[in-house]
Amino acid sequence: MKRLIFFRLLQAIPTMWVIATLTFFMTRFAPGGPFDAEKAIPEEIKIKMEAHFGLDRPLLEQYFIYLHNLLQGDLGPSFKYPEWEVSELIATAFPVSLTLGTFSFIIALIIGIPGGMIAALRQNTWMDYLPMSLSMIGVCLPTFVLGPLLIFALSNQLAIFPPLGWYRPSDWVLPSLTLGLFYGAYITRLTRAGMLEALQQDFIRTARAKGASSWRILTQHAARGGLLPVVTFLGPAFAGLISGSFVIESIFFIPGLGKFFVTAAFNRDYTMVLGTVLFYASLIITLNLVVDLLQAWLDPKSRQSR
Amino acid sequence: MLLIHSLSLINKCRKFPLASFCWVLALGCSQQTNVETALNEQVLHFGLGSEPQHLDPHLATSVAAHNILSALLEGLVSEDPKTLKPRPGVAKSWSISEDGKNYIFLLRKNARWSNGDPVTAEDFVYSFRRILNPDLAAPYASMLYPLKNARTYHQGGISWEKADVGAVAIDAYTLSLSLENPVPYFLELLNHYSWFPVHQTTIEEFGAFEKIGTGWTKPKHFIGNGPFHLSNHQINSVIEVTKNQHYWDKESVRLNGIRFYPIDAVFTEERAYRAGFLHLTQSVSADRIDFLKARHPRELHFEPYLGTYFYRFNLKAPPFNDKRVRLAFSLAIDRQRLVDKVLGGGQSPATSFTPPGTGGFQPVPKFEYNRKKAKALLKSYLKEKGLEKLPPVELTYNTSEGHKKVAEALYGMWNEVFDVDIRLLNMEWKVFLSTIAKGDFTLARAGWIGDYVDPHTFLQMWRSGDGLNMTGWENQEYDYALQQAENSVSQEKRWESFQKCEDLLADEAPILPLYFYVHHTLRHPTVQGWHPTLLDHHPYKYVYLADERRP
Repeated sequence: MKRLIFFRLLQAIPTMWVIATLTFFMTRFAPGGPFDAEKAIPEEIKIKMEAHFGLDRPLLEQYFIYLHNLLQGDLGPSFKYPEWEVSELIATAFPVSLTLGTFSFIIALIIGIPGGMIAALRQNTWMDYLPMSLSMIGVCLPTFVLGPLLIFALSNQLAIFPPLGWYRPSDWVLPSLTLGLFYGAYITRLTRAGMLEALQQDFIRTARAKGASSWRILTQHAARGGLLPVVTFLGPAFAGLISGSFVIESIFFIPGLGKFFVTAAFNRDYTMVLGTVLFYASLIITLNLVVDLLQAWLDPKSRQSR
Repeated sequence: MLLIHSLSLINKCRKFPLASFCWVLALGCSQQTNVETALNEQVLHFGLGSEPQHLDPHLATSVAAHNILSALLEGLVSEDPKTLKPRPGVAKSWSISEDGKNYIFLLRKNARWSNGDPVTAEDFVYSFRRILNPDLAAPYASMLYPLKNARTYHQGGISWEKADVGAVAIDAYTLSLSLENPVPYFLELLNHYSWFPVHQTTIEEFGAFEKIGTGWTKPKHFIGNGPFHLSNHQINSVIEVTKNQHYWDKESVRLNGIRFYPIDAVFTEERAYRAGFLHLTQSVSADRIDFLKARHPRELHFEPYLGTYFYRFNLKAPPFNDKRVRLAFSLAIDRQRLVDKVLGGGQSPATSFTPPGTGGFQPVPKFEYNRKKAKALLKSYLKEKGLEKLPPVELTYNTSEGHKKVAEALYGMWNEVFDVDIRLLNMEWKVFLSTIAKGDFTLARAGWIGDYVDPHTFLQMWRSGDGLNMTGWENQEYDYALQQAENSVSQEKRWESFQKCEDLLADEAPILPLYFYVHHTLRHPTVQGWHPTLLDHHPYKYVYLADERRP
């Protein structure tokens, strides 16, 4: 296990380097620059501003300076908001996205796993059709439709929850629900498929023949194998959830990471783009490692193959 | 930790499902909206539209920054809330020399920074010197060019003393400003944030005299001299200002604070308004105007705004290097139909480039609608070039539903008059800006918002070689007329010269003005002392909240 962790972390180094390099050059080759504006600033001022951010140096030199600073953990100041360091902005936005992501994740699991299990156990009955139809609607309904619908129902009509903002815990409910329902729908379908396959295995029949209760069969025998596809999905899904969602953040006016991610690209905020991409990449790498460890624990076969 | 906390919460909820549901319900219902609590608190909840890039007045470039800086800082003069005419600010009075080139400001002795330090004439000189310092690379430094020798100093290579810039502190409370030319709108110009003072000690402490990004504008450090001071800034969430107890006119300030919310999604902002989260929105989506007119007629406001929506022709490439084609394209447009049928948001058709009434100037409507003339002009061009029809024309605009709608409508109008293929080319914002700046376009969308209420802010950009011209149009007669306007003191002569500029723009048609902007906003009836102004400036010290239904 320790070897696995060690080697995976070792692999992460070249991966991060490739991502940093690709992102660096892709942002620089995109047309337009951070200081272009409708009220165009005079050329000589633009040159001075570029010099201030080191953009007047040759591109390769800029790249090596960036890597050098990166190794020391310095992501540089944001081009769009020069008063703030990129790391400072990520540090203020990430807790927001983490909270939103965690709650959505819990909601998705609470809905998805029991829903999928019931559907699998009662295949081809109304208890299968109902959650499957609902999950199909959930999968098809984008968050920018679901969000305003929930706001309309629970905020405008019933006035239970605030429609937007991120100031009080009651503000957390609607965005978490919107994201949670969306992901929950996926998890329901994945759980059902995985469980159906597991329930048809020989060892389940054996367990039934031995007189094990259906609860015991479900939790002790089928769930471990049946949830494998769900676990594989959960790693990247959790990374996606906690790294922020631009759509949800725009609908609910939440100061999360997703907004920085997208607007940084629009603003050609080079350092912010790199900062958010690298942060997201390291999240994905870490969570994929966690998933692998979980899978090794759930599935003896995958443990051996490693 | 968060997970454990939420798990324990879930556990509790499991035991008492009904009770927890009721608790959540009660929690939700018992909360008063911002607008309800604001009446007692006197806190204005302001939809800011976008997060300002800088809160440094010498680096700021946006409307959002103006909205905050005008709460935090005060210039030599302030504005009348209705007319925007100059009123005493830090200066209690001023005198102007006969030739209109010298101003003496007498500063009030009770003007204070938010830490209690007195605001002196030296502070202003220091601030002007900072924004003009070439090393700071301030985008709006040219706003100070009316000051004598300011341009020379800003363009570098010469010290402040040697340049002899026309800003001198005669004593701590007397400031003398001398100008290059008489500028009749000079006092109004002083209300642009580029003229606002900064606190010298703070700037020096942070080494911000010539450096960007020193952090001096963060809430703990910001020292201002305006009616409010900065108390909280959470990026993309809220900027909060509270009443400045050191402000010289604090008795007039009725609001205790303002909370600015940078909500850039226009539908979210409207939802926030309708939920009582905001007192006013920065804008309203064009698609929602009919609905809001019907549902919130008293709260939806259409206010004239000092801006022109237009297209630029590229004169460096055919077919628009020929005046006849440009004029034909301009004459074929029914601007009235465009604003009535396509836009429908109370905009007015642009028959000149300067909006009528700017600073009192009434341009003669010259950009007319004349299909017959348009047809004839194009015909003569095609005949001369030996062409059957025009080669396809590319119309470039930045991706937006609104711009697309206008482009499509114009496509239709041109094809009603002559046969032309228009290729609509939409681009992401930054790609669009760099494409236009490079001159890599044929016909492109543009917009211009005035910086001060004078035709000069509109007409100066068409001077030959101006960085904002970007059409490739150069006209000596125009440059001369503009120069004449800049050198005149008499209003009559200035208007005459500006009209000459307008005439040349209409005759040569390097641009295609389409309509004058209107500012759409939702404003709660409890907001008092708020008046529509051309620059959308609203001096906060006159604003307060009161329920007009109450006696």
